[in-house]
Amino acid sequence: MTEVLRAERVTRVLPGEVPVTLVRDASLSVSRGEFVSIMGPSGSGKSSLLYLLGLLDMPTSGRIWLDGEEVSALDDRRIARIRLEKLGFVFQFHFLLAEFSVLDNVMLPMAKLGRLNEAERRERAARLLDDLGLGDHIRKRPDQLSGGQRQRVAIARALANDPLIILADEPTGNLDSVASANVRDILSALVHEGNKTVLAVTHDPDFARAGDRQIHIIDGRVETDEVNGG
Amino acid sequence: MSLTLKIAVTHLLSRRRQTLMSLLGVMLGVAFFMAVSSLMRGSEQDFISRLIDSEPHITISDEFRNPPEQPAAREYPGAAVAISNVKPKTDVRGIRGYKQKMDWIARLPGVRVAPVLSGQIILTYAGKDEGVLMNGVVPEMMTGVSDIEDKIVAGSLEELSANPNGIIIGRALAKKLNLKMGDNLTVSSPVGLIRTMKIVGLFETGVSAVDEGQAYVLLKRAQTLLNRPDRANLLVIQLDDPYAARAVAARIEKRIGYRSKSWQEASENLMSVLLVRNIIMYSVVSAILVVASFGIYNIISTVVMEKRRDIAILKSMGFTARDIRRVFLWEGTIIGALGSLSGVSVGLLLMAVLNSLSFEPPGFTGAINLPIYWGLDQVLMACAFATASAMGAAYFPARKAGMVHPVDILRGQA
Ligand SMILES: Nc1ncnc2c1ncn2[C@@H]1O[C@H](COP(=O)(O)OP(=O)(O)OP(=O)(O)O)[C@@H](O)[C@H]1O
Ligand SMILES: [Mg+2]
Repeated sequence: MTEVLRAERVTRVLPGEVPVTLVRDASLSVSRGEFVSIMGPSGSGKSSLLYLLGLLDMPTSGRIWLDGEEVSALDDRRIARIRLEKLGFVFQFHFLLAEFSVLDNVMLPMAKLGRLNEAERRERAARLLDDLGLGDHIRKRPDQLSGGQRQRVAIARALANDPLIILADEPTGNLDSVASANVRDILSALVHEGNKTVLAVTHDPDFARAGDRQIHIIDGRVETDEVNGG
Repeated sequence: MSLTLKIAVTHLLSRRRQTLMSLLGVMLGVAFFMAVSSLMRGSEQDFISRLIDSEPHITISDEFRNPPEQPAAREYPGAAVAISNVKPKTDVRGIRGYKQKMDWIARLPGVRVAPVLSGQIILTYAGKDEGVLMNGVVPEMMTGVSDIEDKIVAGSLEELSANPNGIIIGRALAKKLNLKMGDNLTVSSPVGLIRTMKIVGLFETGVSAVDEGQAYVLLKRAQTLLNRPDRANLLVIQLDDPYAARAVAARIEKRIGYRSKSWQEASENLMSVLLVRNIIMYSVVSAILVVASFGIYNIISTVVMEKRRDIAILKSMGFTARDIRRVFLWEGTIIGALGSLSGVSVGLLLMAVLNSLSFEPPGFTGAINLPIYWGLDQVLMACAFATASAMGAAYFPARKAGMVHPVDILRGQA
């Protein structure tokens, strides 16, 4: 299987009077079509690792490849472009733009990318939302939706530009068990039916078991990295 | 609509009240800018056109700009020549050969010229004396170069030709001395001549210094009274294009040697006063717009603070710092542009109101309307300044927004 993401001895140290090491010497490789869960105690550096892999943060040392391209040395504009084209994010908080309709929120990344025209964007956004069971809510504002619905809108937005990898940081952290299961199933389906790659930080063992592989982080270090059921 | 513009509009619409307040600030700034500027510029233009109308465009007087060169110095240029105590030849004051000079001037295109001999005299009537400036004129020629004819409210300039002992004085002076048309008065000249002259006309210019301090007589009569036969001490010139005065004056002076003063040169002091006045005025009205831009800075800073999460998610999605900056620059631009537009309408309204006011200024006789300048340039200037300061006010919060790091926000949330 093709490798889509690779990290080699990545370390991130927050400079300061007392430097804080967020991620220590982490190496990993993710192949296309994998569903990888990242687990670990609170404060162990899971989010920090995800930000590095999602090119939101720069490693202090170590190298990262995305889709065969080394990205750890690129400038901000180029990296922004890669995020736009190849990555989709889902966070614990939905981060939807409150003044925009659900549909507009999903259309935003497409508009920024500019590959589709307005009508095509509208159509694609509506289809993504419909696939996630939100067909009746596309005109609503985010605050008119439930938490689970909002998180599904965020997933639709992450999928807007048909990314290579979806990075999720505790996507179910704020949801009840029913909504959690729903989001988990959606992500799982994206991998197993849509051939997407998902990298998700989670505290939920059920969620982690739904994936193909679990990486455990302790104290900023990759402690274990094992395939489920293996 | 571009994406950044769309986000900007959405932000502004979500804070309607604040947006409205800052729009109002810009609107008032632009409106006051226009009102004050139109008033100042209008009065300036009014002033200049009064100046152009009432003063000769060029006045040639019987003086030289530089003292005449001494023959010895002319003979040996650059030599160490110094002859001290050379007294200029005593001469009858006035422009020598003024008739030939006038002939030459009159042949220039768009130029009309008339001779004047002016000097101080004293008018006496019923025991009261008034010193006035007497202008000896040739009525037919004067008509072409001065608007005095239009200012005559009784009698006419031609009466002077008919009656060589006629005199025309200002109505204000007549009132002061209790004189009326047809009355005789006594004129004493500095050379000791005393004549009785008859009032054949009254004028009123609206400028009290002129109305109380000047008189017109026939040139020949002035020459006799001042004992300067066949002389004029002023040539007054009117041009078809008043703004050519500087160039024409220079040309004339080069040719005839006598000092030729354009109206611009004559009123240089006033012009610099007007300039200073304009600088003060524009600083004051600009200050209003600067204050308005603080309001814009305020609202955009607030939006940036409030939308940090939005900024973070937009950046994580792939928006660049430049895109984010653009959103907030748009907000400043929109407020600036809309504020300017509404400001222009209110400004025009204010100008119309000002234009309809009339009042009686001291030193003038009769009510006048406030002079308003309607030029487009001041409107453009107000709008450009308002929009520029709005964008300037937006720049700093916009830059700050561009620098928001998504990870900082995400860490704070998680
Ligand atoms: N700005 C900062 N300054 C100092 N320490 C920080 C800063 N941000 C994060 N840390 C520390 O870095 C470590 C890793 O944080 P991170 O958010 O990656 O952990 P996490 O595994 O995602 O935790 P959680 O499960 O609670 O989300 C933590 O110990 C945290 O206290
Ligand atoms: Mg975390």
